[in-house]
Amino acid sequence: MNVIEVHQGRLESPFYPRLKALDRLDNWHTWKGYTTPDALFDAELEYFAIRNSTGVFDLTPMTKYRITGKDSLAYVDRLVTRDMQKVTAGRVAYAVWCNDQGQVIDDGTIFHLREGEYRLCSQERHLPWLMAAAIGFDVTIREETADIAALAVQGPTSYSIMRNLGLHGLENLKPFGLMHFDFQGTELMVSRTGFTGDLGYELWLSPGKALALWDALFEAGRHYDIRAMGTHALEQARIEAGYLAAYQEFLPADETVRTGRSRSPFELGLDWLVDFRKPNFNGRRALAAEKLKGSKWRLVKLDIEGNKPAHHSYIYAKPRKNKKEIGFITSASWSPVCKQNIAIGSVRMPHGVTGETVWVEVYYQREMHWSRVMAKATVVDKPFWFPARRSATPPAPY
Amino acid sequence: MTEQYDAIVIGAGHNGLVCAALLGKAGRKVLVLEANEQVGGAAVTRRFADDYSVPACAHLLYQLQPQVKKDLGLNIALASDDMETVALSTDGQHVRYSSDRVHGVSDADAASYRDFHRRMSRFANLLQTYLNKPPPRLGTKDRKDLVTLARLGLDLRMLGRKEMREFLRLIGMNIHDEVTERFENKLLKGALSLDAVLGTHLGPRSPNTIMTYLYRLAGNGGRLAAPAGGMGAVSEALAQAARSNGVTIRTGMPVQRVIVDNGRVTGVETQNGENFASFTVVSNADPKTTILNLVGARHVETGFARRISNIRMQGNAAKLHLALDGLPVVQGLEKRDFGARLLIAPDEHYVERAFNPAKYGETSPEPVLEISIPSFRDSTLAPTGKHVLSAIVQYAPYRLKKGWDKAAREAFKETTLRKITEFMPDIDGRITAVEMLTPVDIEQEFHMGGGHWHHGEFTLDQFMFVRPVSGAAQYAMPLDGLFLCGAGTHPGGGVSGAAGRNAARALLAREKTA
Repeated sequence: MNVIEVHQGRLESPFYPRLKALDRLDNWHTWKGYTTPDALFDAELEYFAIRNSTGVFDLTPMTKYRITGKDSLAYVDRLVTRDMQKVTAGRVAYAVWCNDQGQVIDDGTIFHLREGEYRLCSQERHLPWLMAAAIGFDVTIREETADIAALAVQGPTSYSIMRNLGLHGLENLKPFGLMHFDFQGTELMVSRTGFTGDLGYELWLSPGKALALWDALFEAGRHYDIRAMGTHALEQARIEAGYLAAYQEFLPADETVRTGRSRSPFELGLDWLVDFRKPNFNGRRALAAEKLKGSKWRLVKLDIEGNKPAHHSYIYAKPRKNKKEIGFITSASWSPVCKQNIAIGSVRMPHGVTGETVWVEVYYQREMHWSRVMAKATVVDKPFWFPARRSATPPAPY
Repeated sequence: MTEQYDAIVIGAGHNGLVCAALLGKAGRKVLVLEANEQVGGAAVTRRFADDYSVPACAHLLYQLQPQVKKDLGLNIALASDDMETVALSTDGQHVRYSSDRVHGVSDADAASYRDFHRRMSRFANLLQTYLNKPPPRLGTKDRKDLVTLARLGLDLRMLGRKEMREFLRLIGMNIHDEVTERFENKLLKGALSLDAVLGTHLGPRSPNTIMTYLYRLAGNGGRLAAPAGGMGAVSEALAQAARSNGVTIRTGMPVQRVIVDNGRVTGVETQNGENFASFTVVSNADPKTTILNLVGARHVETGFARRISNIRMQGNAAKLHLALDGLPVVQGLEKRDFGARLLIAPDEHYVERAFNPAKYGETSPEPVLEISIPSFRDSTLAPTGKHVLSAIVQYAPYRLKKGWDKAAREAFKETTLRKITEFMPDIDGRITAVEMLTPVDIEQEFHMGGGHWHHGEFTLDQFMFVRPVSGAAQYAMPLDGLFLCGAGTHPGGGVSGAAGRNAARALLAREKTA
């Protein structure tokens, strides 16, 4: 009898030996089947590495699909709401894709690797949907999550480290651009992308060279305070940058059971990603109707008084009498770099206009007892953290 | 400049013609484009051997809806209205039935059959009302939908407590359980089983074969009919009705694609490169062909394209045509009996066993047959004294495991002829020409995907609110200007005209509210 051994338990990324060697806390969780550190030595210090030097994050578990074939451009253009004709080879696009009802299934990045060859990266797995979307298109879709090792190298000194690594030509790489390099005989793809809102790069190559890349990278960053980091630091930076996270700012539409629990791109502040001038795309009819009729929800970024993070709070239009609940917080944090109490939330239309004052009911615990404060908050439209260095080309050599 | 039409109908099948005629009657400028040289789709009479013609696909008329006849003022002469069915037995002890009468069975069976037929007719009448309306949408606040739904509930309740329970018990059930519970005569059980599964990929033990049985009864009061002049005469009458309402019909014009511009239909392009402009295109083709081939999946939503591509529609019925130099001899049958419908389905297990191999992509070694001798009623089909035999033969799966090559077709033809010879011993010497149409041939000749005469399997999960797929049951497709009017939509196949009429009405009602 043939016995097939099935790997049980968490998968290890190709970078696992290096992460484990740096780990002082032993706090790990599962991310899409892979064991991933919450933090390695100190979440706060790891976060400050992103903002003051360079933090390195293993994003191998990120779901990755390769899309190739004669119709690949037409395919991705029909899949997502934004115009992919404009995303030329060597460019990366942030995008959302919707179901037939115009509700967001997920967001992610699409890398136009070479003419007609794309990589789609997302939080969730979507093969059934991607295959259904391929009906009538001459495309091949391959899940390549385990075939590509990837690192996010994020922070002000990241450019200098890249240069030290011997990657020449990056000075001209603009945000959302990508370049191919040779790394010890293997192709290394470098994109100027990230989830931190800072200057930074993401490095992609085959898993066989993963450890060699890690070693070379940390050697190149030795004098630039390069540090490995876990998901806590990344989450902190993500909220400051105002990026959305699946299962926080929205639920993947195909996962919701109750009606009204999913969100359209308009309800997530992503109007700029929806292009009605391009050919048919998923959700177009429903989104056109929503555009006419108006949306139900609005995503807001809030600058909140005080210093107590407004986790899971209700949002009200008024602080006291006749207080009307208008929404709730989806992500919240004290921002060390902005010195602000920040949050992202979802409020009912027509509330949440930029500059509007709303009230957030913050609960906090002091020695077992719970307290509550009604904190005043202002709706802001810009990301909380948007430094000039993020988009400076060429980047400054910090 | 291309000429602009109010509506273009793709396909001059009976539903396409009914739809076009009604649109024309409402004052619309309508163009019908038919791929074949002859109108009628699967309801045609055509030559298959020198001097011999047959109804090439559908051969009996039992569902043409009175509403269709009334709306179009059709007067279709019937050569036979209440046709008798003879369930053949090799020993000549046949069972005969028509409407609520049955002969050749015990008194108990005869009584039980009367009761069975009364109940089935009652349910079929209820069903018939709803075959002639667009199915209401569920979960909307649209007044018309809500009224239809309420009406459906009320009509069910009005059956009376006992009958309503019976209806709800039976509608999802299989015919086998019902006939074995009621009857003792094997031939009767076999024949009713065959009636329930004709034209489907279902056996008598498959779920909802009571519903398929009811569907067959819902039209002509459960009576089988044959039009004078064959099925082609029905199509000719429909085409005439369309033309007299100002409809232009062009045959030999296969459509290449539906032209879509910026999310709406703007016309069609034919295979010879001609363009016809219209902001309304009604397709009589099956839903899969329409959406995936003519329109293209990229012009519709992903979820919708997925549902359409998942429609089950693989035909399982072959068609056999024989040219005979005289009537065959059947023990126990007189000459006049050849005007009846003859069934080869000796018992209910036989029918299920015939279905078994079809599940695995193989033909039945012992097939079931529905035989009609149309020349008996219509002398124009064959030279004097000679005859044509038309038979539906099951099961012959569209997706045959080893493929429908010449050998496979010959083998199934031999199997079928051998089976017929058991009941008509002298037939071999009387045959002067044979034609066998497999589902693959039917697909090619009549342009129906999978060679399935319902344009989609007839089961509860593809019925009414969810036919062809959920969210598109009211003839308008989720692409502005695109409509379906064929058997793939509610209520389904058979020469009924209901889908075509419903589609035309839905289209006109939509224009009014728009």
